[in-house]
Amino acid sequence: MTQPTSRAETVGPGARGPLLSAYGLSKAFGPTQALTAASLTLAEGEIVALMGPSGSGKSTFLHCLAGIVRPDAGRVDYAGTDLARAADTRLSALRRTEFGFLFQFGQLVPELSCVENVALPLRLGGQRRRAAEREALRLMEHLDVADVARRRPGACSGGQGQRVAAARALVTRPRVVFADEPTGALDSLNGEKVLRLLTDTARENGSSVLLVTHEARVAAYADREVIVRDGRTLDVAGGAR
Amino acid sequence: MCIVRGMSALGPTFLGLLESRPQHGYDLKRAYDEHFATKRPLAYGQVYATLSRLLKNGLVEVAATEAGGGPERKRYAVTDAGVTDVEQWLGRPESPEPYLQSALYTKVVLALLTGRPADEILDVQRAEHLRQMRELTRRKADGDLGDQLICDHALFHLEADLRWLELTAARLNELSGEVRGR
Ligand SMILES: Nc1ncnc2c1ncn2[C@@H]1O[C@H](COP(=O)(O)OP(=O)(O)OP(=O)(O)O)[C@@H](O)[C@H]1O
Ligand SMILES: [Mg+2]
Repeated sequence: MTQPTSRAETVGPGARGPLLSAYGLSKAFGPTQALTAASLTLAEGEIVALMGPSGSGKSTFLHCLAGIVRPDAGRVDYAGTDLARAADTRLSALRRTEFGFLFQFGQLVPELSCVENVALPLRLGGQRRRAAEREALRLMEHLDVADVARRRPGACSGGQGQRVAAARALVTRPRVVFADEPTGALDSLNGEKVLRLLTDTARENGSSVLLVTHEARVAAYADREVIVRDGRTLDVAGGAR
Repeated sequence: MCIVRGMSALGPTFLGLLESRPQHGYDLKRAYDEHFATKRPLAYGQVYATLSRLLKNGLVEVAATEAGGGPERKRYAVTDAGVTDVEQWLGRPESPEPYLQSALYTKVVLALLTGRPADEILDVQRAEHLRQMRELTRRKADGDLGDQLICDHALFHLEADLRWLELTAARLNELSGEVRGR
């Protein structure tokens, strides 16, 4: 499959350091201080769990790291670009080509079949339909959902839908997968399937994963954890690999 | 306490293992170690003490004895009464064991009593629990079904510790906030 074309240009001389890092991120929504000087590094191929209580700022942090939300202060370095200051067009190009996203409720397009959903990021990247759907199907087989390829998302179980969404998040072989409570709506067995397949595929592809969760069993699939409390990231000894 | 519980499960477990075919004590020990003993293998003394108790109670019988006598020369078979016994044992619920006396619990209560933050205990413990949970998760990925079951059992218990700790820390914060707010 084709690698994102912009990869070569974005890997600067600093590529030996972390792939993605945030320094001193702050973000307020009106009177609510969602993030306060939060920091984190994510190495190439590394899987990091972002943990913390509800409302602690995990999703806000993830959105800032992925260039979806602009922080009020701080820097987000991604392969030589400061996402906190990059132009919107640059951010949306990055999100399409180098990042993959997986949320609690798959957020599949209901009017498209599952395989069309998975192929969508490739189609948006300019690939032809046949090639895109072939690649989508290959990944869906891997994630054990090839049998629902022609169904609409509405005709899938929650677990199937979430694996379809995982395939969509991985189909471009993104350098970073952002997963926000990807198993929050699933039972233990289905949650485990999604996590196994997500982390295995990410490791095969060499993708980094930022995995937001409040469940320790989910975080245990990561290489290490970063704790968020009241919008701040904690430095806890022992979080290393 | 733990030992007593383990012992009382050993009899029915042997009976269940004998259901497929008559076996020597040695075979039983091997099968037991393979399926159930996660830390320490079973001692032969325990194996033969259990078998002689089962024999006395008519739950097993000696199917064959090889020359030389001795318990290690006997092959044991489960009796009908033995099969009934293992079925009854499986059907009986275990008394749920709340781990009320754990050191973790004591630490949190002591922190509360002495006005220390529970958050720090939580953070340190979470890091330690997660380290072990990652290891179990890895072992589970590489293991067979038996490994998966054992690891899941441990993972869910470790997670329960953390959830309790997290809830407690959140409660304590709320509580101290209330006190300060007065
Ligand atoms: N778009 C927004 N507008 C206003 N407030 C927001 C917005 N997004 C987040 N917040 C607030 O910022 C704080 C952090 O929210 P965030 O969603 O990042 O938490 P979280 O850790 O992801 O929680 P959860 O585990 O419940 O998903 C909360 O107080 C939330 O209400
Ligand atoms: Mg959230």
